[in-house]
Amino acid sequence: MNALPPKFDQWFASKGWSIHPHQQQMLDRADAPALLLIAPTGGGKTLSGFLPTLVDLADGNHQGMHTLYISPLKALAADIKRNLTTPVTEMGLPITIDERTGDTTATRRKRQRADPPHIFLTTPESLALLVSYEDAPRMFKGLKRVVIDEIHALAESKRGDQMMLALARLQTICPDLKRVGLSATVEDPQAIAHFMARHPDPCEILQADPGPAPDIRMLSTEEAPPWSGGGAAYAIPAVLEEIKKHQTTLIFHNTRAQAEIFFHNLWLANEDSLPIGIHHGSLDREQRARVEAAMVRGDLRAIVCTGSLDLGIDWGDVDLVIQIGAPKNVKRLVQRIGRANHRYNAPSKALLVPANRFEVVECVAALDAVLAGDLDGDPRGPGPRDVLCQHILIAACAGPFDADDLFAEMTSAGAYAALFRAEFDACLEFCATGGYALQAYDRWQRLLQRPDGQWQLRDPRAAQRIRMNIGTIQDTDTLKVRMRRNRGGKPLGEIEEGFAATLTPGDTFLIGGQIVKYEGLREMTVEVSRDAAKKPKIATFMGTKFATSTQLSARVQQMFTQDSWPELPRHTAEWLTLQREVSQLPQPGRLLIESFPHDGREQTVIYGFAGRNGMQTLGLLLTKRMEELGLHPMGFVATDYATLIWGLDALDDPAPLFDLGALQDGLETWLAGNAVMKRTFRASATIAGLIERNTPSARKSGRQATFSSDILYDTLLRYDPDHLMMQITREEALRGLVDFGRIEEMIARVDGRIDHKRLSRVTPLAAPLFLEMGRVPVKGAAEERLLAEEATRLMETSGLAQITPPPSDKPRWRAGF
Amino acid sequence: MALGSGALWWAEQSLLCVSDLHLGKSERIARRGGAALPPYDTRDTLTRLAADLTLTNARSVVCLGDSFDDLGAALALPEEERLWITRLQAGRRWVWIEGNHDPGPVNLGGSHLFELPIAPLTFRHIALPGASGEVSGHYHPKASVSLRGRSITRPAFLFDSDRLILPAYGTYTGGLRSRAEPLADLMRPEAQAIMTGKNPIAIPMPR
Repeated sequence: MNALPPKFDQWFASKGWSIHPHQQQMLDRADAPALLLIAPTGGGKTLSGFLPTLVDLADGNHQGMHTLYISPLKALAADIKRNLTTPVTEMGLPITIDERTGDTTATRRKRQRADPPHIFLTTPESLALLVSYEDAPRMFKGLKRVVIDEIHALAESKRGDQMMLALARLQTICPDLKRVGLSATVEDPQAIAHFMARHPDPCEILQADPGPAPDIRMLSTEEAPPWSGGGAAYAIPAVLEEIKKHQTTLIFHNTRAQAEIFFHNLWLANEDSLPIGIHHGSLDREQRARVEAAMVRGDLRAIVCTGSLDLGIDWGDVDLVIQIGAPKNVKRLVQRIGRANHRYNAPSKALLVPANRFEVVECVAALDAVLAGDLDGDPRGPGPRDVLCQHILIAACAGPFDADDLFAEMTSAGAYAALFRAEFDACLEFCATGGYALQAYDRWQRLLQRPDGQWQLRDPRAAQRIRMNIGTIQDTDTLKVRMRRNRGGKPLGEIEEGFAATLTPGDTFLIGGQIVKYEGLREMTVEVSRDAAKKPKIATFMGTKFATSTQLSARVQQMFTQDSWPELPRHTAEWLTLQREVSQLPQPGRLLIESFPHDGREQTVIYGFAGRNGMQTLGLLLTKRMEELGLHPMGFVATDYATLIWGLDALDDPAPLFDLGALQDGLETWLAGNAVMKRTFRASATIAGLIERNTPSARKSGRQATFSSDILYDTLLRYDPDHLMMQITREEALRGLVDFGRIEEMIARVDGRIDHKRLSRVTPLAAPLFLEMGRVPVKGAAEERLLAEEATRLMETSGLAQITPPPSDKPRWRAGF
Repeated sequence: MALGSGALWWAEQSLLCVSDLHLGKSERIARRGGAALPPYDTRDTLTRLAADLTLTNARSVVCLGDSFDDLGAALALPEEERLWITRLQAGRRWVWIEGNHDPGPVNLGGSHLFELPIAPLTFRHIALPGASGEVSGHYHPKASVSLRGRSITRPAFLFDSDRLILPAYGTYTGGLRSRAEPLADLMRPEAQAIMTGKNPIAIPMPR
């Protein structure tokens, strides 16, 4: 056992603390090559990570950087700096601490590279940038430990893959580097251990005492939740009551748009003017910072928020967490609940608010899962190759490299341990020549192989362009929103370009909790003015719609096998009972399909339980199959559990629809022209360096110089469909938004056991589907026709139709062919 | 007549006019140390041009400037694509108008002009304020229409009683919204836009 030096003992004693068992364990294992600590929030997790560093540095003999700290959030790095400075100052330790993020000034960055601090705090992107410099070995000289905070969040994203590749690089520079990961509660610690350790090093996992079980309930209201929708407006009075009863409440939402609408409604009902704020990723940085500061000061009674508050910043005295809408994923729910009550050993308090009747069932299933400690998650699969391409370019920026060495280095990252050499070579080829079937760039290769076999940049100036484009976070094309003033009104936040394009002057939408009126677009900024309207045109700016996890879906199906549901509110239990009388409930291992006429159409409902994205894809594929079979489908709508398809003809035999082979064939053709593919392509092509977001001259040249990535996609599809970028796009789309994996899993789970019910009318379980938003029409010639109708209407209303043709001495232009 | 491809067809003169081909754009970007974009843009642009020529059997072709992404790109055109252009030129009058990207003669057949007057019209690259009967390109105009929550944006011709501005014909070209400043100022209030696509469609120019 490594005893604490006396100075530390005294400091702990002066604070009235004693060292936590897991902090001692971390100290004991300071020499392990890799160590993963799993601890709940508030368990002194960060100090556990740094204690060995502080002890080691206490004698003042270390030269240069000692410990590198990486966190997913800039704000977290700043927070940690504050928290570390306290013990360092109070114990009078000779330790320097500094942070570097995208916001750090150029002079400070220069100083950091010349004279590195002992403890260096940064983000994955800044780290990737730092290892791209030729002088990285000098900057990181002497580095002994790296501490990765909130590693569970990074392990789920490309940012984490990029970070691990950068760490592999650091490990080459500093072979004795020890890795420490700090994680919240997760379902599969082994997967994170594999992700973070140098392959094939072992990685020991330490589990801190999880603390007392959370006090978590479902909100019960007088009023029954509505049949569909996600707003939970019915629960506003009850939520306000809860806010009054507690010191500080966090109100989590699944999407930003829902958070905005809920916040707006909350204020309309907030008669006591309780101080309530809003925080989400689309808001302007200044606004977010103001809310965060007010929160830390304890000025706010409640914050309406989204995932942007998910990570471990210390928000002070939160004593209640409310989750609006079904949590979709038990692990995320547990981590959110952990935001309440940072006092170790006190139970966290949380309240679930189902937004509709089906979510009541899902909330109860999620509660059971939390109590059983049954977390969920899907294995992430091998590391994505677009990140690999970017890292090859980063390596080239740092200097000439040998392909064998780089391959060995990259495969030491857990996510890439199973990478084939041929796959790596394809990425290298892509970085060097573009990797096209048509050899076009012999003279302009980006990377050249020198006579000694090493690879280097053809043009050293390219390093600057590559560094400008480091990173894996995709900002969808967003436009800034500002109040219209003479010059530079107040920035409010950002909205998606696609949403902005649908606005016409006078339209109203919600942002930052206020209703604003669209005035116009000026130099890529959306200008708005305040508007007193009560009801906005809905804010449809981005919000990832999470899909319900496989495990939670299975629990819901399991609940359907019960004889009765004493744990459910009466309105919901009766609903399920009625469904069982009229038709049947979906059973595990079987697929329920109902068909019935309604609204003069033939309706088919498939209870596939494959998650929102999966069910959406299934809807597209099935309507395509039905079209082939002559059933005239007209459209569909999907939820996490079911897809509803309407059309002209009744479905008699569903079995042929679910032929996996035929669905896969359909997928191939459908995918090729699909918007999801194009969006995925843009993301992957940007990461892989095919599309440059930032160029030295970008600002000056204006908009018409850039062209849409869709054009690149279409061009590759036509002339080079097997190109590496197309392969990567397919891989990424299939595991992301298309979620075909869940459909395959469903078909395997069902294995032909289909229960098809022909009914005379709509069933209780199907009824809410008719109220769902997001109905998708089956298109074809539809777009051209809509366009023609709209054009006629516009010409008529503008009066232009009357004034054409113009006088005959002027040329006439016609639209033709 | 505005074709859905973005070309202009003047039947009385048997003249086909295309603007902003930007041939060799991918080569130029790679040469300057940028990304190696799929090198199929020239091929794609020429394929579409060949199709329009087959359709119209035009006796004259006017390329309205920025035909090459720069003069170096014109020189670096692969032999195959150079021959292809020569084949398209066979038996036709071919005029390259000078653009800001290609402000000098190129080593290909056809005549090279700063502007081309064919009464009552004048063909030039960049529109001159106050001109009349003018056909130009340069701005890569595009227009969008909102349809029940969706929005469709396409390259578009813009015209009023004084002038016509062609959309860019090249594959790797983006667009400038018709409501953006130089276009909105240049066009008269009653200007219309013709959106390209399978069925070209005229709408009031979006502002």
